[in-house]
Amino acid sequence: MIKTKEIKKVFGNNTVLKNITASINQGEVVAVIGPSGSGKSTFLRCLNLLEEPTSGEIYINDKKITDKKVDKLAIRKNIGMVFQHFHLFPHMTVLDNVTYAPQKVKGLSKVEAQKIAKELLAKVGLTDKESAYPNRLSGGQKQRVAIARALAMEPEIMLFDEPTSALDPEMVKEVLDVMKDLAGTGMTMVIVTHEMNFAKEVADKVMFLDDGILLEEGEPKAFFNQPKTERARDFLDKVL
Amino acid sequence: MNLDFSQIVPYIPFILKGIWATLEFVIFSIIIGLVLGTLLALCKISGVSLLKWVANAYTSIFRGTPLILQLMIIYYAIPQLTGYDIPIFLSAVLTFGLNSAAYVSEIIRAGIMAVDKGQMEAAEALGIPYRPMMLNIILPQAIKNILPALLNEFITLTKESAIVSTIGYLDLMRRAQIVGADIYRNFEPLLLAGAIYWVMVFILTKIGQAVERRLRHSD
Repeated sequence: MIKTKEIKKVFGNNTVLKNITASINQGEVVAVIGPSGSGKSTFLRCLNLLEEPTSGEIYINDKKITDKKVDKLAIRKNIGMVFQHFHLFPHMTVLDNVTYAPQKVKGLSKVEAQKIAKELLAKVGLTDKESAYPNRLSGGQKQRVAIARALAMEPEIMLFDEPTSALDPEMVKEVLDVMKDLAGTGMTMVIVTHEMNFAKEVADKVMFLDDGILLEEGEPKAFFNQPKTERARDFLDKVL
Repeated sequence: MNLDFSQIVPYIPFILKGIWATLEFVIFSIIIGLVLGTLLALCKISGVSLLKWVANAYTSIFRGTPLILQLMIIYYAIPQLTGYDIPIFLSAVLTFGLNSAAYVSEIIRAGIMAVDKGQMEAAEALGIPYRPMMLNIILPQAIKNILPALLNEFITLTKESAIVSTIGYLDLMRRAQIVGADIYRNFEPLLLAGAIYWVMVFILTKIGQAVERRLRHSD
């Protein structure tokens, strides 16, 4: 479903991604882990072209999205993204946050968009917050709205960029639970995370990045029990 | 000290007419400044380097030279160059409008840039096109940064408008000077004009504070 071929990303004279080749199958849940500054987020942001790779190719459903002529907006319609800092639209209610893009981008009527939004808000347990503004919500609630907002576009792929890193500890679980439910529906998910237990439990595959290099990938069990590289062993010793 | 305010009493209606004369051209200047300033701001944030360059050059010139010089050039140089005898009012409005546009464009640009970058990324990630993103997501948030600074610009404009007295426009300032020359007393009419300017600015400041409070309230 997603294939990257030797993608490289350079910021100034800093090479953040060094020839990453990876593939992610339909319905797979992939946890991308690694130390800070290893390029995890940049890799994720390349997948919906928020960052354009300096070189290399990315294919989604066999369509080469790194082509210059490609319509980025059309690609992104199909890829939801959840950010570390939520980025809800502060001047819109929760319901408007979720219904805005389906109306503007997919041309749904207000009624249709609201129907979808209400179902999703029920799923993430926020039916009673429909008419609240984001500043009235806790971090965990904000992130659940952000997930609903992304899902309202009915994407095939969901990207999560450290979705729980900005949350108070007691709110991490409510967000991870929503993500776990989503994984159960067969959604293709790529998750940059520091939640090792979540990665162990929910992911089908772990990608370990270090210094812009994809050092290891494999099943979570194998990776967490017997990491192949010294660098991954060091990292796991520190975080587990 | 020999202050005698009784002597300016007959001239008070003449001076008060200057309030409207001042406000009239300040309002026109603000409108020109707003429209042109918004266009310039859009050029500055556009990705088109030619537009950016033009808008930046414009801002640099109008902010980098004295207002009074701009006024003199427009009032004296246009007739010399084109033969068109430009009316005083038009020169005043044109100078202040063009000058204000430079400042307004910076205020609007900065207000837009101050909106969290994540908002644009969130909109892009949802596949929202540029126009609706600017209109429905970025600008409503930028307004909060822009409005207070814009009101400040209007206050400055109102005060600086006194410069048009130098080309003979019969504004508040000019009228005070005329009265002073007439009665051989300068302090009293100038003090009266000063008080009127202060009241006008005071009212604008209060409006500005009320607007700011409302904006903060909606946070």
